[in-house]
Amino acid sequence: MIHSLFLINASGDIFLEKHWKSVVSRSVCDYFFEAQERASEPENVPPVIPTPHHYLISVLRHRIYFVAVIQSEVPPLFVIEFLHRVVDTFQDYFGVCTEAAIKDNVVVVYELLEEMLDNGFPLATESNILKELIKPPTILRTMVNTITGSTNVGEQLPTGQLSVVPWRRTGVKYTNNEAYFDVVEEIDAIIDKSGSTITAEIQGVIDACVKLTGMPDLTLSFMNPRLLDDVSFHPCVRFKRWEAERILSFIPPDGNFRLLSYHVSSQNLVAIPVYVKHNITFREGSSQGRFDLTLGPKQTMGKAVESVLVSSQLPRGVLNVNLNPSQGTYTFDPVTKLLSWDVGKINPQKLPSLKGSMSLQAGASKPDENPTFNIQFKIQQMAISGLKVNRLDMYGEKYKPFKGIKYMTKAGKFQVRT
Amino acid sequence: MSSTALYNDQGGAETAVEAGQESTSSTGAAFGLFSADFKKNEDLKEMLESNKESHKLEAMKRIVGLIAKGKNASELFPAVVKNVASKNIELKKLVYVYLVRYAEEQQDLALLSISTFQRALKDPNQFIRASALRVLSSIRVPIIVPIMMLAIKEASTDLSPYVRKTSAHAIQKLYSLDPDQKEQLIEVIEKLLKDKSTLVAGSVVMAFEEVCPDRIDLIHKNYRKLCNLLVDVEEWGQVVIISMLTRYARTQFINPWKEDGLDENNETAFYDSDSERNQTEAKPYIMDPDHRLLLRNTKPLLQSRNTAVVMSVAQLYWHLAPKHEVSVVTKSLVRLLRSHREVQFIVLQNIATMSIQRKGMFEPFMKSFYVRSTDPTNIKTLKLEILTNLANEANISTILREFQTYVKSQDKEFAAATIQAIGRCATNISEVADTCLNGLVQLLSNRDETVVAESVVVIKKLLQTQPSQHSEIIKHMAKLFDNITVPMARASILWLIGEYCEKVPKIAPDVLRKMAKTFTTEEDIVKLQTVNLAAKLYLTNSKQTKLLTQYILNLGKYDQNYDIRDRTRFIRQLIVPSEKSSALNKYARRILLASKPAPVLESAFKDRDRYQLGTLSHSLNIKATGYQELCDWPTIAPDASVRNVEIIEPVNEWVPKAGKSKQRKSEKFYSDEEEDRDEAGSESSSTEDSSSSSSEESDKSSSASEKTSSESEANSIDLFALLCSQVTTSSFSPVKTYDLLHHMSAKGLAAKYHFPRQPCLYQPCMVAVQVILTNCSDHNLEEIHIGDRIPASLNIHCFNTIERLEPGAAVTVSMGIDFSDSTQAANFQLCTKSDKFNVSIQPVVGELLTPSTMTEEDFCMEQTFVFYFHCLSDIPLCFLCLVMGPSCR
Repeated sequence: MIHSLFLINASGDIFLEKHWKSVVSRSVCDYFFEAQERASEPENVPPVIPTPHHYLISVLRHRIYFVAVIQSEVPPLFVIEFLHRVVDTFQDYFGVCTEAAIKDNVVVVYELLEEMLDNGFPLATESNILKELIKPPTILRTMVNTITGSTNVGEQLPTGQLSVVPWRRTGVKYTNNEAYFDVVEEIDAIIDKSGSTITAEIQGVIDACVKLTGMPDLTLSFMNPRLLDDVSFHPCVRFKRWEAERILSFIPPDGNFRLLSYHVSSQNLVAIPVYVKHNITFREGSSQGRFDLTLGPKQTMGKAVESVLVSSQLPRGVLNVNLNPSQGTYTFDPVTKLLSWDVGKINPQKLPSLKGSMSLQAGASKPDENPTFNIQFKIQQMAISGLKVNRLDMYGEKYKPFKGIKYMTKAGKFQVRT
Repeated sequence: MSSTALYNDQGGAETAVEAGQESTSSTGAAFGLFSADFKKNEDLKEMLESNKESHKLEAMKRIVGLIAKGKNASELFPAVVKNVASKNIELKKLVYVYLVRYAEEQQDLALLSISTFQRALKDPNQFIRASALRVLSSIRVPIIVPIMMLAIKEASTDLSPYVRKTSAHAIQKLYSLDPDQKEQLIEVIEKLLKDKSTLVAGSVVMAFEEVCPDRIDLIHKNYRKLCNLLVDVEEWGQVVIISMLTRYARTQFINPWKEDGLDENNETAFYDSDSERNQTEAKPYIMDPDHRLLLRNTKPLLQSRNTAVVMSVAQLYWHLAPKHEVSVVTKSLVRLLRSHREVQFIVLQNIATMSIQRKGMFEPFMKSFYVRSTDPTNIKTLKLEILTNLANEANISTILREFQTYVKSQDKEFAAATIQAIGRCATNISEVADTCLNGLVQLLSNRDETVVAESVVVIKKLLQTQPSQHSEIIKHMAKLFDNITVPMARASILWLIGEYCEKVPKIAPDVLRKMAKTFTTEEDIVKLQTVNLAAKLYLTNSKQTKLLTQYILNLGKYDQNYDIRDRTRFIRQLIVPSEKSSALNKYARRILLASKPAPVLESAFKDRDRYQLGTLSHSLNIKATGYQELCDWPTIAPDASVRNVEIIEPVNEWVPKAGKSKQRKSEKFYSDEEEDRDEAGSESSSTEDSSSSSSEESDKSSSASEKTSSESEANSIDLFALLCSQVTTSSFSPVKTYDLLHHMSAKGLAAKYHFPRQPCLYQPCMVAVQVILTNCSDHNLEEIHIGDRIPASLNIHCFNTIERLEPGAAVTVSMGIDFSDSTQAANFQLCTKSDKFNVSIQPVVGELLTPSTMTEEDFCMEQTFVFYFHCLSDIPLCFLCLVMGPSCR
C-alpha cells in the first residue's frame, strides 16, 4: 500500500524519508514540487498527484507536507487518514509536530513509523499500544537514559494488541482516580451583509481525560440525547447500547481521547452568540476608505463571550489602515493584507469597536468586494445546543472516582460577509 | 506501446537523476569533508564493535539518523549485522530497521543474519516470533524465498493470532519478491481466510486482494463470517474487507435496483423518492439474505471515526444498496466535511459524482456546501460543482443569490468558475436562463478581466442555445471588444459576431476592419477566429468586406503558425471563386453558415461514475495501476448455496440434510438473535470441516484448538444444541474423528474413535463409540483388548479381543461406554500382548444425546419448555441434561 513517506518542510527540503518496501528515489518528489509551484497557496496543492510510476498522496499539517508514495490502486482516504494519524501520534509524543521536534527525535520517529506500518499496511495506530511499545520521550527519561543507558523501547511486550479491548493498556494504576469530560461545541456559520444567518450548524465533541485504575466500565447518559443527530464514536463505545438506549457505554482508553463527535440536527435553530455591525466603504476616485466595526453579544444566556479574535483578508488595493480600537489590539500586515483584531472579552455595557480609515493604492479603482470577517470566540460553561450530561456511572471497579464535566462553546468557521 | 516506451524513458531519466544525485553527494563529500566523513563512519564502526551496549546503541541511533536523511550508510553493513542477535531490545530494533533498508543491496552479507531469525521463529514468545517473521520477510533477498515460504506456512498455523496476522502480511511481501510462489501462497491464504480471529481477517483479505483478487471462490465459505466479524476488525482491515466484499457482492447477487433497467440512470425517477419506494415495494424482487446481511452489518460503521471506513461504507451502499436506502450514508458523508482539507477534497469529489445521479440525496444538506472565504480554491470549486449539480427549479434562486457573492470573490480563479457554474444553471433550468444571462451581461462591465473574459465565453455558449433575440447582447459585446485582452474571450466574441453577422450587419464589418489592423499581434486562437469571421462576412456581405477579407487571408498565408496557414489556404479555396475552384465552392455557404448545435454544459464529474467511488482512479479520473473494475450485476443470481457451508454447518451437525425447511428456520433464528452462539457453532463446524478434508497437518493443528473449543462447549451447555438434537434422526452419521492413541507413543498402534450417534446396541444408557485401530508398525500386533478402567466402576462394553493385526491393516470395532450423562472422561487401558496404554475418551455434550424424531408441534412445545429453564438460569445444568439425556428416554 504505502510505499514510502517523505517529509517536506515549507522551504521545500526533504528532511526525512522512510521506505517500507524497496527504496523509492527522492527524485519522485520533483513531481510534487512541480504541483506545488503551480498552486498559488500551500493549501491548493492537490492531495493526489499522479506521476508516471507512482501516485503521491500528501497532507499538509503544521507547515510540513507528509508525502506518501503509492504504487497501485488504494482508497486515497485510507492513506490520508493514516497520514493524519501519524501527525497526531507525533503531536502526542513530542507535544508539537514541527520540523525541529521531528529532527530531534528522529530515532523515536523511525521506531514509530516502523511499528505503525508493516509492508505499507497499518499495523498499530492506537496510541495506547504505541506508548507501550515505545515510551514517549520526556526530559526526565532522556536524562535517565543518558546516564543509565536504558532505552525508550518498552521492555515488556505489549499485550493490548491481543486483548478484546486493544485500545486500553493492561495493569493501569493511579492513586487519584479521575475522569474528566469536556463537551465542546463549535458553531459554524455564515452571516450575510444584513446580519441574517445564511447557514449555521453546531458540531460538538466530547473529549475525555480518563485516569482510572484497572478495567473500569463507564456509562454516560444525556438529559436530551435526541439533540444528537449524527454521531461518530471512538471504537470503545458499544454501538448496540447506543442504538437501543441512547447511552454511551464503554471501557475507556487510558489518558486523553475523543469519545464522541456529533452534529446537532439542523432542525434546531442555532443561537448566534455575537452580532457584528459594520460599515466599510470605499469611495470611487478617492484614496481613502472608511472602516467601522462594532461587536456585541446576543443570546448568550448571561455568559461572557471571551477570547474574541476578528480577522479579515482586506482587498488587495488597501495599502495601509489607520484604526482605533476601543479595546484590545490590532495588527495589519501590508504584504498579505491580513487584518486581525484581538478583542478579548466583550463587555455588554461598552461594546468593542474598531474605527478608522484605510488608505488605498493611488489611482486604483475601488475594490468590488468588501472583506469577509472571520470571528473566533469562546463561551465557558455553556453548550450552545443545550446538550447536558445526565450522569456518569462506573462499573467493574470498587473505588470511587472523581468525575468532572465541563462545557464550552467556541466559534468554528464563523464568517460574516460584508 | 508508445506510452510504455515513454514510461521507460522516464524511468531511465529518474534513475539517471538518482545516480546523478548520489554521485554528486559522494563527490561533494570527497571534495569537502573527505577525511572528516571517512573518519566519522570509521568512528561509528568502532563504536559498533565496542563492548559497551550504550556505545553500540548510540552508534545505531546515529546511523538511523543518516538513513532518515537519505544518506548512504551501506558500508557499515558488516559491523551492524553482527548486532542482530543483541539482547537489548532497542538496539535489536534499530538493527532491524537498518537491515530492512540495506539488505537488498548487500544480499550476501544479509544472509548472515538469517539464522538468528530462524532461531527466533521458534521462540516461545509470540511477539518475538512475529517480529522475526516480519523482518525475515522484509529482507528482499531472493535466495531466501524457500526459507520464507516455510516460515510463512508454519506461522500461518501458529496458535497466536498475532503471529498469524504477521504471516498474512508476509504473504504479500513474498509474492512481490517472487510471484512464482503464487499457487503455494494461495493455499496459505485459503487456510488463513478460515481464521476466526478479528486480528487476522483484515490482513489476510489484504493479502488476498494483492495476490489473487480474482479467486472469488475462496470467499464464498467465509463470506458470512467476514460480515459478522466486520464490526470488530481493526479499522484499516475494515476498509480492505469492505472494498473486497463490494466486489464480491456485485458478482454474486442480483440487481436490487429496478429490474426493468430502463431508468437506472434516469434522474427524474429520483426526484420523487416516495413514488419510487412504492414501485420497488410492488416489485417481486426479494433480496438475497446474504446481501441484506452485508448491508446490515456495514451500516454501524458509518459511525466510525475513521474517515476511510465511512467512505468505504458509503461506496458500498452506493454500489450495492437498493436506491431508496442509499441516502442513509448522506449524513455521514456530510459529517466528513468537517475533517481535514485533504479529506474534504476526496469526499467532495465523491459527493460530486453522487450528486449528478441522485440530487435528492444531498439537497437537504445544500447549505453544507456553501463556500467560505477561507476554503482553499480546489475545495471551493468542488463545492461549486456540487451546488450546481443540486440546482433545480425550487432552489435555484437561493443558489443564484449565493453565486452572486462568489462572483465578487477576491479569488479570481474561483470567480471564473462561478461564472461557468451560472452558465450551467442557465442551460439546465430554462426558467432562469434569462435571469442568468442578464446577470452575466452585467458582469461584462466588471473591472476584473478574468471575470469579463469568462462571462464572454459563457454568454457565447448561452446565446448559441437561443440566438434569436439577442442581437443587443452581441452589440454590447462588440463594443466591449476593444477593452478585452484575454484571447479566449476575444475569440469568442469574434465567433459570435461571425455566426450571427446577419443580425448585426453594421457592426460586423467594422469589427473585421479593426481586426485587420491588429491581426499580426493577436494570439493564434484569435487569428483563427478572425479568418473565420472574414470568411463568413465574405459570404454574406462581400460588397463591404471583399478587400478586407483578401487582406486578412494574405496575412494569414504567411503566418508563422501552420494551423493558421492551413486554415487560410482552405478558406481561400473554399470561398474565393477561381477557374480551378472545386465543387465545394458552391456549398461554401452551407458549410460555413450551417446551424451549429448548442454546446452542452455539463459537469466535469459526468463520466466519473465509471470508476468505483472512493478509489484512487475515481479521484484522478484515470485508471490507476491495479484498479479492479466493478463488474455489472449478474442477470441470474449464481448459486447462493456456495456460501452455506460455513453457517449452516453447525445446524448440519445436528439436523439431517433432508429437512430443508427446518434448516431455514433455525438459520434465521441463529443470525437474528443468537450471534454469540452462532460463533461457537461455526467454530466447531470448521474444525469438523478441516478434519474431513483431513490433511495430516491441519488435523493436528485443529485438534489443538479443538480441545479448547470442546471444553468451553462442555462447560456452557448449549440449550439450543439440545433442542436441535431432538429433531435429528438416527440416519445421521457424523464425520469428526478424534485421536485416541498416536502410533508414535504406542509402538505402532494407532487408535481413533468417533461417535456414530446411533442408539447403543448393548445397553440403553451407553453411548456408542467406534474405534478404528490401525497398525502402523512393521510387525504384527497381537491380542488387542481393553484392560483396566479407572474408575473401576466404569461401565464399558468391550469389543472382542483382536487376535492379530497385520502391519498397515486397520480394523473398526464398536464399544459402548456409560458416561453417566456427564462430560467426565472415561479412562481405560488399551492393551496389546506386550504393552498397555492408558487412553481416555471425553465426550462432547452433544454426543451424549440420543437422536429422536418428533413432530413440529412437539418441537415447539419442547422449545418453550427449554426456554423456560433457560430463564431460570440457576437450575443445575446437569438436571437439564437428565431431563433431556438418553438415560431418561
